[in-house]
Amino acid sequence: MAKTLYDKLWESHVVHAEEDGTALLYIDRHLVHEVTSPQAFEGLKLAGRKPWRISSIVATADHNTPTSHWERGIEDPISRQQVETLDVNIREVGALAYFPFKDKRQGIVHVIGPENGATLPGMTVVCGDSHTSTHGAFGCLAHGIGTSEVEHVLATQCLLQKKSKAMLVRIDGKVGAGVTAKDIVLALIGKIGTAGGTGYAIEFGGSAIRALSMEGRMTVCNMAIEAGARVGFVAVDETTIAYLKDKTFAPKGGDWDKAVAYWRTLVSDADAKFDAVVELDAASIVPQVTWGTSPEMVTGINGSVPAPEDYSDPVKREGVERALQYMGLTPRMPINQVKIDKVFIGSCTNSRIEDLRAAAVVARGRHVAASVKLALVVPGSGLVKAQAEAEGLDKIFIAAGFEWRQPGCSMCLAMNDDRLEPGERCASTSNRNFEGRQGNGGRTHLVSPAMAAAAAIAGRFADVRELL
Amino acid sequence: MEKFIKHEGLVVPLDRANVDTDAIIPKQFLKSIKRSGFGPNAFDEWRYMDHGEPGKDCAGRPKNPNFVLNQDRYQGASILLTRQNFGCGSSREHAPWALQDFGFRAIIGDSFADIFFNNCFKNGLLPIVLPKAEMDALFGLTEHTPGYRLTVDLAAQLVVRPDGHAIPFQIDGFRKECLLNGWDDIGLTLRHAEKIRDYEDRRKREQPWLFA
Ligand code: SF4
Repeated sequence: MAKTLYDKLWESHVVHAEEDGTALLYIDRHLVHEVTSPQAFEGLKLAGRKPWRISSIVATADHNTPTSHWERGIEDPISRQQVETLDVNIREVGALAYFPFKDKRQGIVHVIGPENGATLPGMTVVCGDSHTSTHGAFGCLAHGIGTSEVEHVLATQCLLQKKSKAMLVRIDGKVGAGVTAKDIVLALIGKIGTAGGTGYAIEFGGSAIRALSMEGRMTVCNMAIEAGARVGFVAVDETTIAYLKDKTFAPKGGDWDKAVAYWRTLVSDADAKFDAVVELDAASIVPQVTWGTSPEMVTGINGSVPAPEDYSDPVKREGVERALQYMGLTPRMPINQVKIDKVFIGSCTNSRIEDLRAAAVVARGRHVAASVKLALVVPGSGLVKAQAEAEGLDKIFIAAGFEWRQPGCSMCLAMNDDRLEPGERCASTSNRNFEGRQGNGGRTHLVSPAMAAAAAIAGRFADVRELL
Repeated sequence: MEKFIKHEGLVVPLDRANVDTDAIIPKQFLKSIKRSGFGPNAFDEWRYMDHGEPGKDCAGRPKNPNFVLNQDRYQGASILLTRQNFGCGSSREHAPWALQDFGFRAIIGDSFADIFFNNCFKNGLLPIVLPKAEMDALFGLTEHTPGYRLTVDLAAQLVVRPDGHAIPFQIDGFRKECLLNGWDDIGLTLRHAEKIRDYEDRRKREQPWLFA
């Protein structure tokens, strides 16, 4: 029978299945960070259990770490305790790799896995973090899990899961200049809604996805979770294989050839059946900006903020009303009239080298508007930072008035000092525009890196296509 | 894990869609390395007028009188009614920990976000999905009837209203068993240790690069 890629990934990892379909899936890669792991390590220890396979673990500290003044260490004592707890736990337990605070390969957990070749096609990947779906870009089954599940995986190397339904999101055609992976995925969420993928595993396909680099595919898969899906992934092709060649933890020599032969099978069969298919025409996608407090509240740069009365469903209408109030926007306001206070270029959605290059193209030879209080560029990892500096991108940003920071999650969730003050408005390349996400009372608009740079220059949302 | 067999309790209506885990427990509280003590900060930004920080005593903080959980008539509620896509966003298990620490045993809604839904079961908190028409009726009844209570009967898979109307709900057999017995997943899984080892041995032969 013809199989979807999801079927193949699922079936190759089932260790045991209960009668109701709940399965034990074997986990190949376990990514660990400081926020969601302490209670899991503690639980393991209290129960007197040993970790099943430490060579599956890759760990780093990212959520709490500061992005400036590293010489001062982590000044917030509670954050420091959490990062130090991870140090202690990994020292006690062991890992394939650990990139602690200040290590040159430290960075956002979803950036360091792929760039070191620790994420490989055909793997099951878990992490106590919802954006684990990012790793699906490599043809992986990558689940974000809770802390109890982190403990479960540590103890048993397995995850309890029930199979989802399979959805194919097919995006064909060619995107216009200035339209990026971020715009594709925001447009998709705008179309299907944040619960549109609930209960589904999404495979992203079509010529527009095939044309994306691995960085772009990671951006798309990263936000699969924002569409409600449990996992999102892209089939393996030559782009995937070329990216992995010679990466630190990628197979070498004879193993490489064997692996590549297997990886090439990680595609949906031509006549495989999906439970749902969603289609999007790439050529119709324009640069996107969210206006509300959920990623589905999004419009094209040439569009406007809606009015509550446009919605007939009372729950939706109230949601829109509340969002407009929180965001301090008036109905029907053109989005390119909305002025911003801060800019954040970073996060596991958009902090890879290609993202920084796209922002730098816009920033080059221009200057951040005087009305913008802070424009941050936070590379996803130490390796991304080093690469960007080798290309001179840091100089372009600094000359344009951006701050060039150390890697980490930073203002994506504002657990460190990088945050919005109440009422401040931010053009952000992250993935969530929830109330208070970037700081209590902060107002987040999600955009691509190029659009964030354009907003920084204009002091308001602007169509990046006019700046290219 | 605490068993869940049958629970009867006061109901509070949170009539919002897309309540995300950042709202359920804001990020500053995730710096804790413990599992307990999150209850006073559940819905922190909606519940209090000032900004909450870990370690701050919540007793004297000004409360938002308009937020439903602060209203006198809902004090002591243990069943939360909500709308679609509850628990969306971050995978933080601090969200179910906070809800449970606050005193909730069951959450009844139109739909739940996937990871949150999963996390609830690991903590003896029961998420229940009911059809929209039943939800609308429950919201109406709760708002119009002071002291409105419901009974959640997991064994029978029913939400029972005081007027006797019983609403059936679905739950996976395996999850139900675990809740009814208070079983710990890890202990259950380790019964299959032999199978896990066999699987691992086979993968090591077939795909050695995964074990480098
Ligand atoms: S960058 Fe943001 S979304 Fe990504 S892992 Fe860090 S906090 Fe989570």
